[in-house]
Amino acid sequence: MIQADLSVILPEIILALYAMAALLGAVYTGKDKLASMLVWSTAGLMAALGIWIGTSGSGTQEAFGGMFVDDGFARFAKVAILLSAAAVLVMGQEYMSRRGMLRFEYPILVALSAVGMMMMVSAGDLMALYMGLELQSLALYVVASMRRDSIKSTEAGLKYFVLGALSSGLLLYGASLVYGFAGTTKFAGIIEVAQHGEISIGMLFGIVLLISGLGFKVSAVPFHMWTPDVYEGAPTPVTAFFATAPKIAAMGLFARVMHDAFGHAVSDWSQVVAVLSLLSMFVGAVAAIGQRDIKRLMAYSSIAHMGFALMGLAAGTEMGVEAMLVYMAIYVAMNIGTFAFILMLQKDGQPVTDIQALNQYSRREPGKALAVLVLLFSLAGVPPMLGFFGKLYVLRAAYDAGLAWLAIAGVIASVIGAFYYLRIVYFMYFGDEGEDLDRTSSPVLWVFLMGSAAVMVLGIINMFGVDGAAAAAAATLVH
Amino acid sequence: MDNLLSIVTFIPAGAAAVMALLMRGEDAAAQRNAKWLALLATSLTFLISLGIYTQFDPANTGFQFVEERDWVFGLKYKMGVDGISVLFVLLTTFVMPLTILASWGVSTRVKEYMIAFLLLETLMLGVFMALDLVLFYVFFEAGLIPMFLIIGIWGGKERIYASFKFFLYTFLGSVLMLVAMVAMYADAGTTDIETLLTHSFSASSFDVLGIHVVGGMQTLMFLAFFASFAVKMPMWPVHTWLPDAHVQAPTAGSVVLAAILLKMGGYGFLRFSLPMFPVGADVMTDLILWMSAIAVVYTSLVAVVQEDMKKLIAYSSVAHMGFVTMGIFAANQQGIDGAIFQMLSHGFISAALFLCVGVIYDRMHTREINAYGGLVIRMPAYALVFMFFTMGNVGLPGTSGFVGEFLTLMGTFQKNTWVAAVAASGVIFSAAYALWLYRRVVFGDLIKGSLKTIQDMNTRERFIFAPLVVMTILLGVYPSLAIDIISPSTEALIANFNQSLAAADTSAATQIASH
Repeated sequence: MIQADLSVILPEIILALYAMAALLGAVYTGKDKLASMLVWSTAGLMAALGIWIGTSGSGTQEAFGGMFVDDGFARFAKVAILLSAAAVLVMGQEYMSRRGMLRFEYPILVALSAVGMMMMVSAGDLMALYMGLELQSLALYVVASMRRDSIKSTEAGLKYFVLGALSSGLLLYGASLVYGFAGTTKFAGIIEVAQHGEISIGMLFGIVLLISGLGFKVSAVPFHMWTPDVYEGAPTPVTAFFATAPKIAAMGLFARVMHDAFGHAVSDWSQVVAVLSLLSMFVGAVAAIGQRDIKRLMAYSSIAHMGFALMGLAAGTEMGVEAMLVYMAIYVAMNIGTFAFILMLQKDGQPVTDIQALNQYSRREPGKALAVLVLLFSLAGVPPMLGFFGKLYVLRAAYDAGLAWLAIAGVIASVIGAFYYLRIVYFMYFGDEGEDLDRTSSPVLWVFLMGSAAVMVLGIINMFGVDGAAAAAAATLVH
Repeated sequence: MDNLLSIVTFIPAGAAAVMALLMRGEDAAAQRNAKWLALLATSLTFLISLGIYTQFDPANTGFQFVEERDWVFGLKYKMGVDGISVLFVLLTTFVMPLTILASWGVSTRVKEYMIAFLLLETLMLGVFMALDLVLFYVFFEAGLIPMFLIIGIWGGKERIYASFKFFLYTFLGSVLMLVAMVAMYADAGTTDIETLLTHSFSASSFDVLGIHVVGGMQTLMFLAFFASFAVKMPMWPVHTWLPDAHVQAPTAGSVVLAAILLKMGGYGFLRFSLPMFPVGADVMTDLILWMSAIAVVYTSLVAVVQEDMKKLIAYSSVAHMGFVTMGIFAANQQGIDGAIFQMLSHGFISAALFLCVGVIYDRMHTREINAYGGLVIRMPAYALVFMFFTMGNVGLPGTSGFVGEFLTLMGTFQKNTWVAAVAASGVIFSAAYALWLYRRVVFGDLIKGSLKTIQDMNTRERFIFAPLVVMTILLGVYPSLAIDIISPSTEALIANFNQSLAAADTSAATQIASH
C-alpha cells in the first residue's frame, strides 16, 4: 500500500529530496560558489520532471487515502508549473549573478515552492491543500525579500508575508467551517454532503471564506493589494517567477477545490467567482493606465488576466475549466517572454523599469521591439495573437453558462486594458528620441523573448495541442 | 488550383516575412530592395488574383474556390468567395501595388513600412475571403495593428492621438461583435458562415433589463455587429475617428483606409447583418436609413468648411458611405447592387483623390487649401487628373461615381421616399464642396511665391493614376462589368432575406394566435 502511494508522488519526492541534498551540498562546499550550477541543475531537473509527468502519466490515481490525487488535471497543471518555473529560473540567472544577488538558496527555495505547488494542484483533502499552499507560500515570502540590503525588497517580502498570513487565516477558518458542517476534510466526502439537498449556511460561509483565501493567492480584486508592491519591490527575476508558476498553481487549486469539493453547488459559488472576475478585469485594466513602472504595470496586467481566467472558472462547467487552463497556459507563455524583455532593460548596468526609458527602442533594437510588440498585442487580446484565443475560450465558456453579462463586461474591460499595452508600443515606436539603454546581449533572454513571441504567432495554427490536453484535463476534474 | 485563395492571401505575408527575417540594414540599397520586393509581391498577388476573376462563375450564387481545413476549438480554416466578395478581393489586389508605388518617396524605416503594408494586404484579403466567423474576426481585427503602426510611425503631427483614437474606437466596436459571434457559435453550434447563412436565429421578443426587445436575439446580435461595422464604415455619428486618422496617416495609409478598410463595414453588413439577422435588420431599417441620410447631408456640409484637403476628402468619404448604407438597408436589387458598386467606385475615386493630395503634399508639405491656388499654370497634367476625379466624386455621368449614387438612390426611393429625397440633396452639396475645393486649389492666379517652381507630375505618378482613370471610366460607361458578377448573388441574398422575414411574420402570427 505505502509503496503504491509513494510511486504516485514520486515526482514530488524526487524534487524534495533533490532540494534537501542541494541544500546540504551547497552548505558544505562553500555556499554561493555553486549557485549558478544549482540554478541550471534545478531548472534541468524541473524541466525533466515536467516532461516525464507530461508523457508518462495516465488515468487517475489516488494516494494516502485520497489525500493526494494524480489525474489529468493535476498533470496538466504540474507540467505548466514545472516548465515555467524552470524557464524563469534560467532567465534570472545572469541578472542575479551580475548583481551579486545569486545566492544558493534561490534555486532551492524555488524548487521547494514548486513542490508545494505540485502538492496544491493534486490536493484531495483540505489538509493536503493547506500543506501545499503553505510550503509554496513560505518559500515565496523568502524569495520576495532576497535582496536583504534593499528596503523595497524587504518591504515586499514583509507585506507579502503579513497579507499572505492573513489570507491563510481566512482560508483556514473557511476550511474549519467546511469541516465542521461536512464532518470530513476529504473533498470526496464534502461533495457527497453537498450532493444531498440544500447546502447549509455554515458550509456556505466556509466556501466564501475559502474563496477569499484563494482570491489572495491568485490576486483577484478585492484581495489584490499586495500584488503591485510585491511585483515592484521584489528583484525582477523573482517577480517573473511570481507572475508565472504560482499563478497556475493557485488557479489550479482554486478549480480543484471548487469542482472536487463543491462541484454540486456550482450555483452557490459561481456568482461569487463571477464578481471577483468582473472586479479583477476592471481594476486591472483601469489601475494600470497610470503606471509608469513596467513591473507595476505587469502586476495590474496579471490582475486583469486573472479576472479573465476566473471567468472560465465562474462558468462552473467542464468547458469553463478547459478555457481556464488554456488561458493560463497562454498567459504564462506570454509572461515569460515579457519578463525576459524586462530583465534585459538596463542602463549603465542598473536595471531600468520606467516605461519612458523605452523611447524609440524600436530604432535601436528592431528585432526585439517587434517581439515585444507581438507579446503586447497578445496580452491585449488582439488577434491573430494567441492571447486572443485564450479570451475567446473563456468568453465562450462564460456565455454557455449563462454569464453573457460577464462576457460583455470582459470585452469592454479588455478594450480599456488595450490602452496601456498600446502605450508601451507608443514609447517603443512613436516616442521621442531618448537616452540610449545599454545594448545587452544575453543569448538566454533573447531565446526566451523570441521563442515566446514566435509561440504567440505560430500558435494560432494548432495551439501546439494545448487545447486538446486542456480538454482532457478538464474532463477528469469535472464530472 | 485548389488553394488559389490562400495563395493570393498569403503571398504578401510571405514577402513580409522574408523582409523581416532576411533583409538587414537601413542603407539606400536595402531601402530600394525593400520597395522593389514589396512592389513585386503586390503585383504578383494582383496577377494571380486575376485567375480568380477569370475562373469565377457569375451564374453560381454559392461560394466558389472553397478551401476547408480543421482548426482549433472546433473552428475551421475556411475560405471562399461569392459574387459579393470577389470584386472586393480584386479591388484590394488592384489598389495595393499602386499604394506601394505611391510610397516610393518614403525614406524613414522603409523596411518596416513595407512589411506593415504587406501584412495589411494579407489581412484585408482574408477579411473578404474568410468563411468562418472567428477566422473573419481574426483578419478583421488584426488589420488594426499594422494600420495603428502606419499612422503612428509615419503619420503627421497629431499622429499619436489619431492612432490611439483609431485603434480604441474600432476595437471597442468589434469586441461587442465578438460576444455576438460567441453567442452565434453557442446557438448554432458552428462558426461556418455558409451554414450560419441558412440558420435562423430566434426572433421572439423578450425583455433585457426591463427593456422590451422587439426581434429578440436577432436584434441584439444585429446591434452588436452593427456597433462594429458602423464604426468601420463609418456611419454618422461614430465617424469622428476617420477624419483624424486620414489627416494624420501618410498618403498610402489614407489610400488603403479609404479604398479598402472602409469597405469592410459594408461588406460585413452584406455578409452578416442582412442575411443572418433579417428580423433584426428589419427592426432597425428605418433608423439606419435616416442615419444614412443625415450622414450624407451633414458630412457634406461639414466638408464644405474644411481648411485641410485631406479632411475634406475624408468627410466626403463619410458622405459617400452614407449612400452605401442606405442602399444596403433598402434591401432591394437596385439598392444593394448600387451599394456594392458605389463601394468599388469609391475605392478607385477616393484612392485617387488622396493620391492627388499626396502629389502636392510631397512637393509643398502642407495640406492647407489656402496654401495653394493657380496650380493649373504650372501643373496642367495634374489639374486634368484632379479634375477628372473631382467629377467622379461628384457623380458625373460617365464616371463610376454616378452609377453607384444613382442605383442606391433608386433603391432607397422604393423603400423610403423621404430618405431618398433628403439624400439626393446631398448630391448637390457634394458638387459644392468638391468643385469649390478644386477651384481654390487649381484655378485662380498663381500668386504664392512658393508655388512658382512647383513641378508637374513625374512618370511614376502618371503611371499610378493611369489605371485608376481607366477603371473609373470603364465602370462608368460599362457598369455591367461589375453588376453582372454582383447581381446573381445579391438576388439570392434578397430572396432569402424576404423569405426569412415572411417566415418570421408567420411564426409571430401563430405565436400570437396560440396565446
